[in-house]
Amino acid sequence: MTTNGGGTLLALDGISKYYGSFKANDQINFAIQAGEIHALLGENGAGKSTLVKMLYGSLQPDEGRILWQGKPVHISNPAEARALGVGMVFQHFSLFDALTVAENIALAMPKDQKLSDIAKRLEAVSKEYGLPLKADARIHDLSVGERQRVEIVRCLLQEPKLLILDEPTSVLTPQESEDLFKVLRRLSSEGTAILYISHKLAEVQALCQNATILRHGKVVGECVPAEETPLSLAKMMVGDDIHEIAPRATTSDGAEVILQVSDLTADGLTGFETSLKHINFGVRMGEVAGIAGIAGNGQSELFAVLSGERTSAPDMVKINGEPVGHLSILQRRKKGAMFVSEERLGHAAVPEMSLSDNVVLTRHGLEKDLQTGPFIRHGTAKRLKDKIAQMFDVRKGNDDPTAMSLSGGNLQKFVLGREVMAGAKLVIVNQPTWGVDAGSAAQLRQNLIDLAAAGAAILVISQDLDELFEISDRLATMAEGELSDFVPTSQTNRNEVGLKMTGAFVPAEGASA
Amino acid sequence: MRLELIKRSAPAPAMRFLSPLLGLFLALIAGAIMFSALGKAPDRALYAFFIEPISEMWSVHELLIKAAPLILMGAGLCICFQSNNWNIGAEGQMIVGAIFGAALPILLPDVQNFLILPLMLIFGIMGGMLYGFIPALLKAKFKTNEILTSLMLVYVAQMLLDWIVRGPWRNPEGLNFPESRRFHEWARIPEMMPADGRANWGFVIAIVVAIALGVMLAKSLKGFEVKVIGTSPKAAQFAGFDAKKMIFFSFLLAGGCAGLAGIIEVAGATGQLRPTVSPGYGFTAIIVAYLGRLNPIGAIVAGLVLALTYLGGEAAQISLGLSDKIARVFQGLILFFVLACDTLILYKIRLSFGAAQKGAA
Repeated sequence: MTTNGGGTLLALDGISKYYGSFKANDQINFAIQAGEIHALLGENGAGKSTLVKMLYGSLQPDEGRILWQGKPVHISNPAEARALGVGMVFQHFSLFDALTVAENIALAMPKDQKLSDIAKRLEAVSKEYGLPLKADARIHDLSVGERQRVEIVRCLLQEPKLLILDEPTSVLTPQESEDLFKVLRRLSSEGTAILYISHKLAEVQALCQNATILRHGKVVGECVPAEETPLSLAKMMVGDDIHEIAPRATTSDGAEVILQVSDLTADGLTGFETSLKHINFGVRMGEVAGIAGIAGNGQSELFAVLSGERTSAPDMVKINGEPVGHLSILQRRKKGAMFVSEERLGHAAVPEMSLSDNVVLTRHGLEKDLQTGPFIRHGTAKRLKDKIAQMFDVRKGNDDPTAMSLSGGNLQKFVLGREVMAGAKLVIVNQPTWGVDAGSAAQLRQNLIDLAAAGAAILVISQDLDELFEISDRLATMAEGELSDFVPTSQTNRNEVGLKMTGAFVPAEGASA
Repeated sequence: MRLELIKRSAPAPAMRFLSPLLGLFLALIAGAIMFSALGKAPDRALYAFFIEPISEMWSVHELLIKAAPLILMGAGLCICFQSNNWNIGAEGQMIVGAIFGAALPILLPDVQNFLILPLMLIFGIMGGMLYGFIPALLKAKFKTNEILTSLMLVYVAQMLLDWIVRGPWRNPEGLNFPESRRFHEWARIPEMMPADGRANWGFVIAIVVAIALGVMLAKSLKGFEVKVIGTSPKAAQFAGFDAKKMIFFSFLLAGGCAGLAGIIEVAGATGQLRPTVSPGYGFTAIIVAYLGRLNPIGAIVAGLVLALTYLGGEAAQISLGLSDKIARVFQGLILFFVLACDTLILYKIRLSFGAAQKGAA
């Protein structure tokens, strides 16, 4: 692949951004040529998002200069960024669910344009680039991939010179990702520069001509991804050697079924979300069962119903053969079922509260010494916190910090540790390593495998296929509220699972364990 | 040019406690400016407003009488507000509590024994709880905005009291004045030190309740539940805490406190039902809760401060010849400056010169 030689479009010269004494970005330098697809690689928390927010005007750098076509510019808000020719597709979409595609796009356009003209233009552009969209479709009827198309087309209508994409494939199936790459390559050949932010090495290697690697807010290397190996890229990102998961060869075919879900059907959490449709499966003692799927296909609902945050008919969920569908999360915890939710801050932990208070959050009623009558024994809570920190290697700045002051990885270790420290028969985890650094992620996965080896039944819901293939014994896929049959991980592959993510399977009939 | 509020990365912890003091100080300065604009010497006026009322023993007693309902209701509202239940109707719950408690000595004037006063207090609490139950039920069942329902119910309660005092419960020997029968001795809360002033044991009850609520909030699992539901509703759900039950718990608790305040007011200071029971104590209690950092123990101090503004208003009327509405102005200033200080502790202000969103090309 060749760059189009359009000259340097954008250069960053010594850009720094501080949050208090924390350096989110420290003396960043790099440049993008017109027509270049440039990767910005780094782990979660490396400073990628901070950097692009400064390019898009949502944040201001504390030091350094941004040079646009050789001239220093001050981008004080997103409107100015758009006026320069910077377009951005965010990881989390900014669309109004109740409005149509054309109306959403019109909101980002100059006020004097007619809605019908915008509709015509957007359909023309979407057709030209192979991003089929209907102008009058309502956002809430669209799939996640289609919503992303709306975001991309919205940028394209403004004819950007630089298009920034933040983790665009985290919500896409492998097949949808491939379609996206075609569009990006075409834009590049037409002279649009693309800044592609990701931590997925394979796609960066396939797509990007150059890469800048960030670690702890600093540029730690630049390379041509095609000339590197995934391992060498990963080492640059993470900085130290990556822990290998100890494999295990077990069969739990004959083992006791701990969790049994039968013909589970439920409404969405909000009006627009996918409901659960006739879900059947079982998880046995000593195995790790994985559920793959793109976010928003019913995983949150499934977790809520399994945990007891929402209730169902008693027989739909059974633990150890006992109907628990009508029981609360507290009662299910007392039966030995433990839950780790997707969001750490604000769901599994109260951000503003100390770790010892967060111990009380889910251990109350389970630990004998945690209460005297109606009163909490804070001393016991502190002891439990210390035990968790020690057993699960939770690194913290001071003795009893607030949950929000911990890094994602350390907080997740704390949350998992809190749930499983006193033994668990069943552990249900949603997105165990989302936003967690590579070192902690490896440890968390090892913890889950160890728990299974110790006899617990583990159910892992994840969007990360690599993770699921690494740790689970059996895999199923969720799409639009339906769950495929479980197949042994050794008998399937990423492509097959990717296809199922789009809903290309016949849902299970009747109960199957 | 426009002003922007930007979140501070680390608010100074000491400032969180200094904020109410700073707010009070600024309210005093604003008050001084207001007095001089009214043509009064600010130093003398402030002295008359804030110092004179507590320079004599009998007026300290008056302060305690006014502080008791403010502390009781402020402490109850702390629990409500911390659990994200916006009960604005303490005034109404206080009135209904007063009516319920007063029913005994008014309807059964001949039952005179030592049981009557405890029963009146219990009736008062139940009346307040019952009246707090209405907005709680509406919120839990129909997701009705509790700010509106609890506020509107205040006016209903005021009308109910007005009707009952002028109509069915009017004193048969009262020359047609809109007042109830005077309570007999068994139905009055005794005075603490009759030689010095009128203050009654209601003030002690208020302190005990506020301390009990403070201990509950800081030490018990229920208090933990209140805080978790208020700060992080999803985490509360994960912990197995029921937000709906908390609506009832907090409204019944605050309503019960307000009802108790109501019966203490009528069985203590006034000794009969009149068309108005409270000069807006239930609304001032909202300021008490905030000035006390939503902490029931803090509400004790805040209750005394706000009680002083009521006395100051009366003093301003007498010795300065100003309207007693000036007390309301001070209460407003205090709330305004405390909230402003809180905001500035959490956020900083930035002047921004770039134009706001202009539809970009």
